Amino acid sequence: MTAIVTAVRTPLAVNRRYTAAVTFGVLGLINILVVGLLAHSGDAAFRLSPGGTGIQIPVIRVPAAPVCFVLGAICLGLGVLRATTELSQRAKRLSIAAVLLSFVIALLCWADAGAIPLNVINIMQGTLIASIPLILGALAGCLCERSGVINIAIEGQLLFGAFAAAIVASAFGGLWAGLVAGSLAGGIVGLLLAVFAITFLVNQVILGVVLNVLALGMTDYLYDRLMAQNASYNTGITFGSIKIPGLSSIPVIGPIFFDSNIFLYITYAVIIGVQVALFYTRWGLRVRAVGEHPTAADTVGIRVLWTRYRNVILGGLIAGIGGAYLTIGSVGSFNPDISSGFGYIALAALIFGRWTPLGSLTAALLFGFCLELALVLPTVNSALPPPIMNMAPYVATIIAVAGLVGKVRAPKADGEPYVKS
Amino acid sequence: MSDASAAVPEPLPAGAGAAAGEPAEPGAAPRPGGQRARLTGAAIIQAVTQGSSAVITILAIFLALVVGAVLIVFSDPVVTRAWSSFFADPGYALGQTWQAVSYAYSQMFEGAILNPSTISAAFHGGSVAAIFYPLSSTCAQATPLILTGLSVAIAFRAGLFNIGAAGQWVGGAIVATWLGFGVSLPPVIHIIVCVLGAFVGGAVIGWFVGLLKARTGAHEVIVTIMLNYVMYDLLQYLLSHPAMLQKPGQTNQIAPYIANNANLGHVGGPPPQAGVGFLIAVAAAAAVAWLLSRSTTGFQFRTVGASASAARTAGINVERSWIVVMLLAGGLAGLSAATVIQGTNTQLTFNSYGTYGPDGITVALLGRAKPMGVVLAGLLFGALHVGGTYVEAATLGQVPADIVQVLEGLIVLFVAAPALIRAVFRLRATSGTGMEAVTKGWNG
Repeated sequence: MTAIVTAVRTPLAVNRRYTAAVTFGVLGLINILVVGLLAHSGDAAFRLSPGGTGIQIPVIRVPAAPVCFVLGAICLGLGVLRATTELSQRAKRLSIAAVLLSFVIALLCWADAGAIPLNVINIMQGTLIASIPLILGALAGCLCERSGVINIAIEGQLLFGAFAAAIVASAFGGLWAGLVAGSLAGGIVGLLLAVFAITFLVNQVILGVVLNVLALGMTDYLYDRLMAQNASYNTGITFGSIKIPGLSSIPVIGPIFFDSNIFLYITYAVIIGVQVALFYTRWGLRVRAVGEHPTAADTVGIRVLWTRYRNVILGGLIAGIGGAYLTIGSVGSFNPDISSGFGYIALAALIFGRWTPLGSLTAALLFGFCLELALVLPTVNSALPPPIMNMAPYVATIIAVAGLVGKVRAPKADGEPYVKS
Repeated sequence: MSDASAAVPEPLPAGAGAAAGEPAEPGAAPRPGGQRARLTGAAIIQAVTQGSSAVITILAIFLALVVGAVLIVFSDPVVTRAWSSFFADPGYALGQTWQAVSYAYSQMFEGAILNPSTISAAFHGGSVAAIFYPLSSTCAQATPLILTGLSVAIAFRAGLFNIGAAGQWVGGAIVATWLGFGVSLPPVIHIIVCVLGAFVGGAVIGWFVGLLKARTGAHEVIVTIMLNYVMYDLLQYLLSHPAMLQKPGQTNQIAPYIANNANLGHVGGPPPQAGVGFLIAVAAAAAVAWLLSRSTTGFQFRTVGASASAARTAGINVERSWIVVMLLAGGLAGLSAATVIQGTNTQLTFNSYGTYGPDGITVALLGRAKPMGVVLAGLLFGALHVGGTYVEAATLGQVPADIVQVLEGLIVLFVAAPALIRAVFRLRATSGTGMEAVTKGWNG
């Protein structure tokens, strides 16, 4: 069957090469025609050191329009290269990265031309922070889906984790208790997902949507009944920032990576943990086997259902930490629907990252960067109406998914309940 | 694994039914006996003991109400206090529990279906129309839900997951609003132009999703989610500029009222009434039912939904099916916007889109992606929404309307888990729910 299918599918495969080339070209033309020509005359300036003490790096000034033109030309060149020659997988990825980067730099030049210097450090820091729930959500989904269970309930896990973290931290005054509670709440949603998907064989797409509805309904209900009536359940306490001694004083890198609250460091640990566990341990090999071919895994003695239960719940615990970040790691107090679609963006990051931890991480950072830009750019350049800027991450995703990534392949048994025959 | 058609036979060409008609599960065992259930006593008993889809649905609703009751109990301080001294006076605790729960649910029923006091009032010279007020509110609430439900359902049948009904709704609402206040037309024509415009507004968004999927392979789940946010932001932008859609002299994000000529009328009585909008929803359901079960296009949709690769091998243009089905799905979501903007609201605000999109997903799931089922599920959810608002007012906020969302989630969860329902109610047999073919994984 596969042979027939591939034979008939080839038009799409041929298209693929040109779609990417055309996308490169379009982005290049935007760089030149839209961004470059519309840029105000004057320089764009980028500040690379945080204000105040520490080692100061001089502000970088570049002429905005010419830089846009050059970057656009690079994109066009890569597009032509992509269309005419067959590149290796690595070269393809590098070209995608180069095009995206040049587009972003051109956008920044345009926005900042003739305005006050943009603080690149702050933007990077904001990007990393904004990405935390996305990264944790996407990694949770990765653990889950690699073992063969579709996780659309990331949104519900974030939301429930956020709620539990806020209420426990407020009621008992313990931030760490809140963190644990948030994680456990995500784990509970994960447990529900596991029980219904693995034991009761419920369609996992339906299940995810339903769990999100339930989590939203429950947290709204409890917010109304508990928090709205008693402010001591929603005091809004947050974790403070921790500077890693030594590392945080490195110029540029230090303030971005090593000066934040505990959630960022947990995120580092989870990224490394998931990547190593999935790809460099026997445990991970088994998980992937279960996600690709459960029957074969079962035959060699791997406990398929147990593996899935464990991974789904583990994913829930991780997403719960991401949820906890939304309250006690960031704004403090809980509000109804505080996750506001982050779970779905994390899901998109997971798919965009082709179900790999590092791919998901990259995609999540990209989304985080767009979210941060949407916040920052309207403050530098008033020509940008905030609602239009807010569209940026979503439009970028559509362009990336349609133009650069295309058809993706999920783990083979993803979403299929395993029934021993 | 059988499906709902065992209990509710859906007319199908004899040959097509076996080939690709009703979602043919791979490896489905041939159904025992005849394909069509006869309505004999034995058949009914069999349906109940084995848990046909209708029975499962009713039990699922019951179970959801039971879980909802626990929530009501927990949020009532009088009852929780009574429970804390349960061993001292169990009768009191149980009595209080029963009182709180039955009061909440009976208020919900009175608000959404029938209020007995209006009947006695009618006998004593009151208004007869008042008897039907709750039901008409339910229909009015159900109208947009039925339409977004159809939008999600028709995509499901072609194997696509349309999370984007919300964005398509906004697309329809923008066009309907713009045509509603921006142009001046004679009475009936204005309505038709606006409704068609809303259909087109939604259809364009849906078509774009289908086009991307067909041409580039972009997954519709990602694209629809992203387009939702894009459309929300676009709406916000349009509603904050008087040159676009904002009502002149306003600082709020609000559009002008649409012209009277563009308002969908009501059928008798004071508003909110089930008006022309409800008729549009029912007509759309009938049209979708016809399309899916009687037309070539619908046959192709279902074949693609059952197996895209098999459909492609059979010579069906899968990409075209994706594009057309998403176009129709978007159009239906746009119609949903028309019934709100031209019917109950008459004015577009930033919050108009509400939860019609996500609710459409649950409605489509509960209705098992079948048009008739979607109408019934839409009516149920409409009743829950009306009842929820009513009970919140009746209990002075003691039971927040949010409980309805929990109930909806639980109902769909239980309906999707027939194994759980069977375990709880000790039912035999293993007939499916008809939900098996609703959606697939990422690799579709």
